[in-house]
Amino acid sequence: MAHTDHAAAHDDHDHKPHGFWKRWVTTTNHKDIGTLYLVFSCIMFFVGGTMAMLIRLELFKPGMQFLDPATFNAMTTMHALVMIFGAVMPAFVGLANWMVPMQLGAPDMALPRMNNFSFWILPFAFTLLLSTFFVPGGAPAGGWTLYPPLVLQTGDALPMAIFAVHLMGASSIMGAINVIVTIMNMRAPGMTLLRMPLFVWSWLITAYLLIAVMPVLAGAVTMLLTDHFFGTSFFNAAGGGDPVMFQHIFWFFGHPEVYIMILPAFGIISEIIPTFSRKPLFGYDAMVYATASIAFLSFIVWAHHMFTVGMPLASELFFMLSTMLIAIPTGVKVFNWSATMWKGSISYEPPMLWAISFLFLFSIGGFSGLMLAIAPADFQYQDTYFVVAHFHYVLVTGAIFAIMGAVYYWLPKWTGNMYNMKLAKWHFWLSNIFVNVLFFPQHFLGLAGMPRRIPDYATQFADWNMVSSIGGFVFGASQILFVIVIWQCAHGGVSKATSRVWESSLGLEWQLPSPAPYHSWVEAPSLAVIEAGAASHETHG
Amino acid sequence: MTRTTSKHARLCVASIVATVMALAAPGAQAAWTLNMTPGITALSRQIYGLHMLMFWWCVGIAIVVFGFMIYSMVRFRKSSGAVANTNLLHSTRVEVIWTIVPVLILISMAVPAARTLVQTENSVGSQLTIRVTGYQWKWGYEYVGSGVTVLSTLDHDSDHARELQSGIDPFSVQNYLLSVDHPLVVPAGVKVRLLITGQDVIHSWWMPALAIKKDAIPGFINEAWFEIDADKTGMYRGQCAELCGRDHGFMPIVIDVRSKSDFEQWLRDARQAMPQQGAPAPGQTLPAPNGTAPAPTASSTPAADRPAAQAQG
Repeated sequence: MAHTDHAAAHDDHDHKPHGFWKRWVTTTNHKDIGTLYLVFSCIMFFVGGTMAMLIRLELFKPGMQFLDPATFNAMTTMHALVMIFGAVMPAFVGLANWMVPMQLGAPDMALPRMNNFSFWILPFAFTLLLSTFFVPGGAPAGGWTLYPPLVLQTGDALPMAIFAVHLMGASSIMGAINVIVTIMNMRAPGMTLLRMPLFVWSWLITAYLLIAVMPVLAGAVTMLLTDHFFGTSFFNAAGGGDPVMFQHIFWFFGHPEVYIMILPAFGIISEIIPTFSRKPLFGYDAMVYATASIAFLSFIVWAHHMFTVGMPLASELFFMLSTMLIAIPTGVKVFNWSATMWKGSISYEPPMLWAISFLFLFSIGGFSGLMLAIAPADFQYQDTYFVVAHFHYVLVTGAIFAIMGAVYYWLPKWTGNMYNMKLAKWHFWLSNIFVNVLFFPQHFLGLAGMPRRIPDYATQFADWNMVSSIGGFVFGASQILFVIVIWQCAHGGVSKATSRVWESSLGLEWQLPSPAPYHSWVEAPSLAVIEAGAASHETHG
Repeated sequence: MTRTTSKHARLCVASIVATVMALAAPGAQAAWTLNMTPGITALSRQIYGLHMLMFWWCVGIAIVVFGFMIYSMVRFRKSSGAVANTNLLHSTRVEVIWTIVPVLILISMAVPAARTLVQTENSVGSQLTIRVTGYQWKWGYEYVGSGVTVLSTLDHDSDHARELQSGIDPFSVQNYLLSVDHPLVVPAGVKVRLLITGQDVIHSWWMPALAIKKDAIPGFINEAWFEIDADKTGMYRGQCAELCGRDHGFMPIVIDVRSKSDFEQWLRDARQAMPQQGAPAPGQTLPAPNGTAPAPTASSTPAADRPAAQAQG
């Protein structure tokens, strides 16, 4: 039953560095850097979550009770920036750091020192960003989308926020380079590209997206900086510029960015569902091609975020049609996951619960996305709570739930311990029920006519807002259970974990002991092992 | 386990029921509203129709896809003895079908959507033009060719009640946050063109009853048009729909829709009440229709520069 590889036996000498500085600050070990990213992401999740709680508190009833409108706008702006750049993206990078080398049979990432630097930029970037709450003018409050001319009314926070965005971008670009170089150069012999796990594929494609678009964001925010301080007029009509050009540049980054935040999630789901269905992934090749198609299409749909700016008819038509087209490869993926479960032998441990929840709830987000793609209908949805509902379904019940599923899936591999299943299931059910109480009514609010980014609203919106806020408070509080489960697991858990952990998990990481040794795959896995793994994925007629 | 699947099934059923209930009150702006308004123009009703078409397609697809998932989750449970068939890893026939069928479904959605989109851009034959300007934090309106201007700000009662910890119950304020001191008066049964711009930052003019939302961008002019059903007189309310600073939530839009003759009377009275240059003689009604639809330009000719008696569109 135990698949302890000959190579794995050599990894028992763990050689972890001693002392905080050596272990955590100067580490070049992909596992420790992965842990750093994940812990950082968890902290940022609670910071952003607190801002969300303040938003829902003000929106609990009509009338202004707690926050000044300017402070409220800062909350919505910073909530988004922290969640996107501080919680979701670093979590996926952390998962990549932990899992990509182990899944490829590689001893570490290709560029370990750059890996360390990529992480340590982030605490500095977010200290800079969060400190804007305390400078004259307060934190940025023009929306995370930073549209000029409004964003140029930001006070002293403007250059700080722009610099923070540059730092985060640099971190992402370097991380992406590391991922690509690792995947292209350090796969164990016999691990061809089309034998790699889907999680690795999803990160290969995501890394290319990151390299393509983070520089575009850097360009856009630099133009904001020069418009404000150096007399340029990129976005100032009086000087011959165009505020809408910012939107084009921003969303050329922004749309691939949201796929950057979901493709690794797709990869995670493609790992979890086969394991708990006891059946390999249906249509492996199609899944790879669908992911690549989504990535390609993501470059030609950006202006669907701009249907109301007054674009020419031909542009609106083009972007409507290209946006609708993305439904095809995404649908293919959903069908493939469903077909994996079909005629499988399914069990419902926590990772599988999260993956199934993703399937249902992300699809709901996909449906509202399809409705938003219809440009004339979007005239009624744009900048309302209908959009807010859509992107929270795809980002919270999509990206975040996939991340939680991944943590519940791989935590025993990381720590060597099984966690408290009962507590994990409480976390799952509370989160799932109340995330829907929180976000589903927001569809109704948008359709009823409630705009987004407003701190107070007309009384006909009161009822659903109260429901949504209650959902928010309970959903937020439930996340404490997540931290408790992880903490307990890292400090002994309920029992020791085997190498395989789950009955039917496939992939090289499950060949390693649990916890995975500090240095793993110092010798590459044997060709026989790789080919045995590939055979279980190969299509049979 | 049955609990998992039945909870998910219940969630699906609950959301379906809720959305079916939405059909019961399509235009109501009461509490617990579930759906969009069909609006008061032929075009707004078309857009509502598109919205419902998409919605029902999504419900149908959800029933099929989620149904398949739920069936699999129940029927192939390990706990009831299901054994995995690890040979089922791909099927070209099935994969082709589930690619082609969605393409056909998308085409059936795209055709009416494209038709409606083309119509929203067609302001030919407009009989009245109104310039709309977004300010931080109010709206300005000008009836082009008449010199009549209107500045529309949040109503005093709402403005007072919305102050931080004002102690005033919003439910005691009529049309809280959705009323203004001077609404935009418009005629029903007349094709009206809006020329929308911003003064300082980007705003957005949104009137759900007209299904119009257009950004108000400093230095640029956007165009929209509407023709309200002749019988839909009354007050309709909308809001600014682009974050524009601290009082973005406090610059609503109200249109006072009157019959064509009532509107003409109102405009005559308003002209006489306003000090103006180059205004048409009293007794002249609406400007004659124009025959062309000019493309949005980066500049616009102020009303004073146009000859007073010239038909204006």
